[in-house]
Amino acid sequence: MAKVLVVTSGKGGVGKTTSTAALGAALAQMGEKVVVVDFDVGLRNLDLVLGAERRVVFDLINVVQGVAKLSQALIRDKRLENLWLLPASQTRDKDALTDVGVGSIIAELRTRFDWILCDSPAGIERGAMLAMRYADEAIIVTNPEVSSVRDSDRIIGMLDSKTVKAERGERVEKHILITRYDSARASRGEMLSIDDILEILATPLLGIIPESQDVLRASNVGSPVTLNNAASAPARAYVDAVRRLMGEAVTMTVPVERKGLMNRLLGRRAA
Amino acid sequence: MMNLLRLIGGGRTASAPVARERLQILLAHERGLRGQPDLLGLLRTGILAVVSRHIVLDPDKVIVRMDRGKHVSTLEVDIEVPNGVETSMAAAAS
Repeated sequence: MAKVLVVTSGKGGVGKTTSTAALGAALAQMGEKVVVVDFDVGLRNLDLVLGAERRVVFDLINVVQGVAKLSQALIRDKRLENLWLLPASQTRDKDALTDVGVGSIIAELRTRFDWILCDSPAGIERGAMLAMRYADEAIIVTNPEVSSVRDSDRIIGMLDSKTVKAERGERVEKHILITRYDSARASRGEMLSIDDILEILATPLLGIIPESQDVLRASNVGSPVTLNNAASAPARAYVDAVRRLMGEAVTMTVPVERKGLMNRLLGRRAA
Repeated sequence: MMNLLRLIGGGRTASAPVARERLQILLAHERGLRGQPDLLGLLRTGILAVVSRHIVLDPDKVIVRMDRGKHVSTLEVDIEVPNGVETSMAAAAS
């Protein structure tokens, strides 16, 4: 049965799009049939992070408005045959997205895919509401930083009240994904710890993505980090998170950079 | 050990506990307000209506502020009254 997952956060710049791409690719690498849907109308970026920016012809709004069929708007990844992208529109008319329109697209995607990952725009406005509206589960991307944690709390409140599931009296299953985590700084008490965040948000943890240069490197070249450098610490963390999503019990660790001997001696990071 | 770390870290104290405490206080409050009408907005409208019965006011000069503490919160109402109001009030009273 298909699962609809929203990747959300409230705050911008915490890693929603990067995480959607990495999780989507990791699921596809495991043989699942995945579509990642960009809900950030006017500011689409998932296409860029996935390296598909030059292949966008039709988008989500074209499908909602009946200008294009869903099959015409879906873009298949060139590296992973199980991964598809439904891009957002660059038009600034955000009202073009309707509740009913999104509902019918999600319903159609459910018949074709195992996983539907909805990349939410930042904020708590219409776009963010529609991205979470039909979700079965939610991944709340949080940085170990006060404003991000506060906004996550706000989003958790919305997931519990504004989704179709919540209105039916059911629960959207929620997971926290901590990104940009620096264990060294946390252990020195300079950064909120994992326990602090989980205690405050009272929501289970899906994974811890360490701060890493590999994340930027992957987005620079338009490749999800799980595909671009599978051995890197963030890639391993995303794969662990995906295995947990699929129901596996994976011990929670913060993967660390594997440094070569010379780099370790010189205290350098692998470039 | 902590002292040693602090020494290396340039004598800075850990700020994460402060972050945690601030968040706990703030979120406890915000969760309570969720789904509630905007309290400050309601207070402002109400206060403006009462005072306007007696004094002509510029609605933009009525500022209602709330400062939430751990144990006690304070409500501050700042109303700017145009000059000459005291004499007109005295005249009305006599």
